[in-house]
Amino acid sequence: MFMFEKAVVGSRRYWIWVLCLFAVIGVGFLSYLRQLDTGLGITGLSRDVTWGLYIAQFTFFVGVAASAVMVVLPYYLHNYKAFGRITILGEFLAISAVTMCMLFIFVDMGQPRRVLNMLLYPSPNSVMFWDFISLGGYLALNVVIALVTLSAERKGVAPPGWIKPVIILSIPWAVSIHTVTAFLYNGLPGRHLWLTAILAPRFLASAFAAGPALLILLCMIVGRLMKSAPATEAIRALSLIVTYAMAINVFFILMEVFTAFYSQIPGHMEPFQYMFAGLEGRWALVPWMWTSGLLAVASLALLLVPAMRKNSKVLAVTCVMVFVSLWIDKGIGLIVGGFVPTPLGDITEYSPTWPEISITLAIWAVGCLMITVLYKIALSVRSDLAAPESQP
Amino acid sequence: MHDRPRIYAGLLVFLGLITFPVWHNLRAGTSSKGPEPKLPVNAKQCVAPTSYMRTSHMDLLIAWRDQAVRSNNRSYAAFDGKTYNVSLTGTCLMQCHSAKADFCDRCHNYAGFTAYCWDCHVDPRQQVARSGR
Amino acid sequence: MIGRKTFLRLSGVSLLAVAGRKVIAALAGSPSTAASTVTRWAMVVDPVKCAKAAEGCTKCIDACHAAHNVPALTERRHEVKWIWEEPFDRAFPSQQTSYTEAVFHGKPLVVLCNHCNNPPCVRVCPTKATWRREDGLVMMDWHRCIGCRYCMAACPYGSRSFNWVDPRPNIRNLNADFPTRTKGVVEKCTFCEERLAKGRPPACVEACPEKALIFGNLEDPQSEVRSLLRSRYTMRRKPELGTQPEVFYII
Repeated sequence: MFMFEKAVVGSRRYWIWVLCLFAVIGVGFLSYLRQLDTGLGITGLSRDVTWGLYIAQFTFFVGVAASAVMVVLPYYLHNYKAFGRITILGEFLAISAVTMCMLFIFVDMGQPRRVLNMLLYPSPNSVMFWDFISLGGYLALNVVIALVTLSAERKGVAPPGWIKPVIILSIPWAVSIHTVTAFLYNGLPGRHLWLTAILAPRFLASAFAAGPALLILLCMIVGRLMKSAPATEAIRALSLIVTYAMAINVFFILMEVFTAFYSQIPGHMEPFQYMFAGLEGRWALVPWMWTSGLLAVASLALLLVPAMRKNSKVLAVTCVMVFVSLWIDKGIGLIVGGFVPTPLGDITEYSPTWPEISITLAIWAVGCLMITVLYKIALSVRSDLAAPESQP
Repeated sequence: MHDRPRIYAGLLVFLGLITFPVWHNLRAGTSSKGPEPKLPVNAKQCVAPTSYMRTSHMDLLIAWRDQAVRSNNRSYAAFDGKTYNVSLTGTCLMQCHSAKADFCDRCHNYAGFTAYCWDCHVDPRQQVARSGR
Repeated sequence: MIGRKTFLRLSGVSLLAVAGRKVIAALAGSPSTAASTVTRWAMVVDPVKCAKAAEGCTKCIDACHAAHNVPALTERRHEVKWIWEEPFDRAFPSQQTSYTEAVFHGKPLVVLCNHCNNPPCVRVCPTKATWRREDGLVMMDWHRCIGCRYCMAACPYGSRSFNWVDPRPNIRNLNADFPTRTKGVVEKCTFCEERLAKGRPPACVEACPEKALIFGNLEDPQSEVRSLLRSRYTMRRKPELGTQPEVFYII
């Protein structure tokens, strides 16, 4: 049923890629064993900056996972046929991203053996409890949807009727996972960078820019590897979505900047000052944030010009720019910036350590491995259907 | 036909692996005798019936834990009418099982179980160098 | 004789009715226990008395950290502290100006967990490893904490510390009467709940040579904390956040 046999047959290039991923995972796993032994002290986190690279990655990839809705909604609710071939790619991307999110949370926990306490002692007052539920539910939804639709496609039949309401459910659920993740931050009274109603809309806007940008890149890679015709219309539509979402996201950030600096309230201004100009001589984040800002503006400029957007080479570069810019902004900028200055007004800087980075890279590699395997399955099913005589 | 040597070889390897616990223990000379905990000298009556303690002392400890920490109730009325102060170090260890290595650890080591209670709770007799895990 | 469908319909409706009653009872809430609380612990800090102590006096901090096996870590980013000193402009940010700085210079304030009545840390804990007790204490259950550090992000006062490494090698003099913690859990001041259970005041209150820390029951009109709040001007840290802290600072 899982069609995994499709994933263990592949070219030399495929196996070298998979083995490289396993190597990265292995190194990261050893670092994690060290972290279990020593404690989270081997990371760059501190009493003042208690969440860093792991939670930043979690926040960013929840957005990527939610972005599957941007292909599901047009196709299933509005019959946008061009997305028909790529909904499965969106769903597999969502599954990989949610798995990465869960792994990032797990490696960030101080007492991972007690993770089940979240289910044994449910606390509906805690947003983290609801995040756990919504992410788990979203993973289950996407696994079921992807399995059922891909199996049906393989058998050459229409998927069963009951899957339609499940797919429709995944649409508001996708919005909810990222809203709940935003709620983790924007209900905390002491953290003024996060205490803003626009955080959830900002998260959604950046998710709907970064996710489809990644999906465009994956479609292009798939097209090159399969030597098949690129899904031009789908990519065009996705690039429009990225454009609008990126524009809205940049607008929202400018809104935040206005509120902070026109009100002149120190609590609102200081995180922005720290991120973009440095505060009290500490400026570790400044180069990162300006890179993110410039990439955002440049990518938006390119996206807004139709000729540039329709040029696949330029679009590929633009999508990388969008992805990197949002990864910096939402990941490092937002999470670390929220802790600076501390509630007592101290500036404690954060930079990840090598064990922390290797664990993060390992989880990235797990995500890449999942996408590789799942896409291999989906594309093998399709190529088998297209040319059954070419099977060995 | 030609696979017979491979099949026999595989079967032998499998048999060797599956009987590993038996011949490893024979070689190591582990006896089949169970653990022999030395009963505590300064306390004759357990806080609960001995048979219950043997099977479910962890349930009692968890009940004590939740009672003391979450309900702020540090007084336990035992089945024989005695009251005990709910404290792992103060009561369990110091009052009754002060010779932890002769009693508690004997069965725990035999069963290959490491109680991580002692990562936090203090055993005053031991040099507290480092938590277990 | 009723038919099968009728029987099933009746059972379904009866089940709904029973469930509905329970839901309504749950929503109506349990009888209000908040109104009948007999104890509400609070602390008043007198900075003037504290300033009278010897130069560099840290007796409250030493007493607390010794009694509770709080590790002394050299790396600042890993430090664990339940009670400590902060300059005035850190304890009350945005209150100080360059003109008023001189008055507070060299006179640090003692800060600790405020044991808020509306604590954001309790609101966010996903396992109820921290909760607000009936008598006002914000408690910690180190058996249940999963080390997610959400409470640390939620606390607007920076009162909480995390065990980034194993604390035991860094404990100077182990107090066998109190457990240590293990790595991977969050800890903070608990208003010495183990001493309160025996009717004793918190360790910091007892240790202060100037009696600058006053601890008592706000619900008792005759208590020293109540009379101080009646007679002196006091302020609390960041009250505009709605956390309702129970640590008052005499101005």
